[in-house]
Amino acid sequence: MALSSKTKAVLLGPLNKNNPVIVQVLGICSALAVTSKLEPSIVMAIAVTMVTAFGNVIISLLRKTIPNRIRIIVQLVVVAALVTIVSEVLKAFAYDVNKQLSVFVGLIVTNCILMGRLEAFALGNGPWPSFLDGIGNGLGYGWILIVVGFFRELLGSGTLLGYQVVPQALYDAGYENNGLMMLAPMAILLVACIIWIHRSKNRELQEETN
Amino acid sequence: MNRENSGYTIIYASVMVIIVALGLAFTHQILSDRQIANENTDKMQQILRSLNLDVTAADAQTKYDELVKNAYLINDAGEKVEGTEGITPDDPAFSTELGDVESKGLPVYEAQVDGSTKYVIPMSGAGLWGPIWGYLAIESDGSAIYGAEFGHAGETPGLGAEIETAPFRNQFKGKNLFRENEFTSVAVVKPGQTNNRRDYVDGISGGTITSKGVDNMLLNGVGEYRNFLMNLRTANK
Repeated sequence: MALSSKTKAVLLGPLNKNNPVIVQVLGICSALAVTSKLEPSIVMAIAVTMVTAFGNVIISLLRKTIPNRIRIIVQLVVVAALVTIVSEVLKAFAYDVNKQLSVFVGLIVTNCILMGRLEAFALGNGPWPSFLDGIGNGLGYGWILIVVGFFRELLGSGTLLGYQVVPQALYDAGYENNGLMMLAPMAILLVACIIWIHRSKNRELQEETN
Repeated sequence: MNRENSGYTIIYASVMVIIVALGLAFTHQILSDRQIANENTDKMQQILRSLNLDVTAADAQTKYDELVKNAYLINDAGEKVEGTEGITPDDPAFSTELGDVESKGLPVYEAQVDGSTKYVIPMSGAGLWGPIWGYLAIESDGSAIYGAEFGHAGETPGLGAEIETAPFRNQFKGKNLFRENEFTSVAVVKPGQTNNRRDYVDGISGGTITSKGVDNMLLNGVGEYRNFLMNLRTANK
């Protein structure tokens, strides 16, 4: 199926120039919290993508009926219901992963990206573009998490997905895991580095300095 | 239809809440059997891990039935409570939650590994962010630890959460809960430090409060089994 240039922009924009994490700086809290290992980062990325995509579709289908005064409440209820379903399904079919993510699945409700997309996009667009927008934003959030998780696990624990990748010989030679990588401040420094590289490649995103 | 009308808003909100409630109740209902089965399997896996066996969820039930020979509750004096024997998830030992004031006693599991009996006892305590728990497999002398297993609800990944990894729990093998007939339990100390009054293991760097929680759990949680362990010691001297 060929995508028109508009739908392409909706789907791919959030991966790069409209990225929710590194351009809009949303959803930072969970990006810091779950990324100390790679596996929870990946599962979190998938979970958020599912919730943004289906939340967007549902709100988009309801958009003509939602009373304006309670629209935020309606969005919250839809998101909370979806997150509860994701959590229940994980508990039934992927118990181990659910244990790993623990409270963070529930905290998807408070992820600002979700409310941002529902409010800014789904309320004004049809279900199909909204679905793509949700997928795009979920992936845009996800790839940052995965990159941060990759570096934090590699440099902080010397492993990837739990497998040892830093050879023992290096430890024998005096190399040590960087404990700072396991702490949240290092995640924000890594996100800052990504933003730095991204902005230096996309000069139009740089703010004017006086 | 006027969307800004108060009546419409109230009806909209009520209908939405009812639909969502029904939807969630339905989801929970159809998934709950699987969830309970998962929780039971997970508990069996934890008990088996304390016996130094890391089995997959698929093998947990068979292995558990094969090794765990008996389970029961014990009272404050450390004696078996009559009529509480049984190892299935419906029996009192398996279904009793620690800290439940209504419970008739503390659960103990008896397992046969390589011809000798190990006693597995559950423990629970508090970490930094939430509850932590574990299982301790003890040799029939009531003092030497055969294996340990720890779990947590939401400790920091990479820091406190490391208590559930094999390197941490393997340190407990061969440590003694008693020293000169005195229940001292096993201490969790900062890596590099020592403790000459008690057997000790290294805590987690950067997970000080969680390590402290494990230390307290080993002292207080296992301490509730003191009489039971003392009885084992006298019986098997």
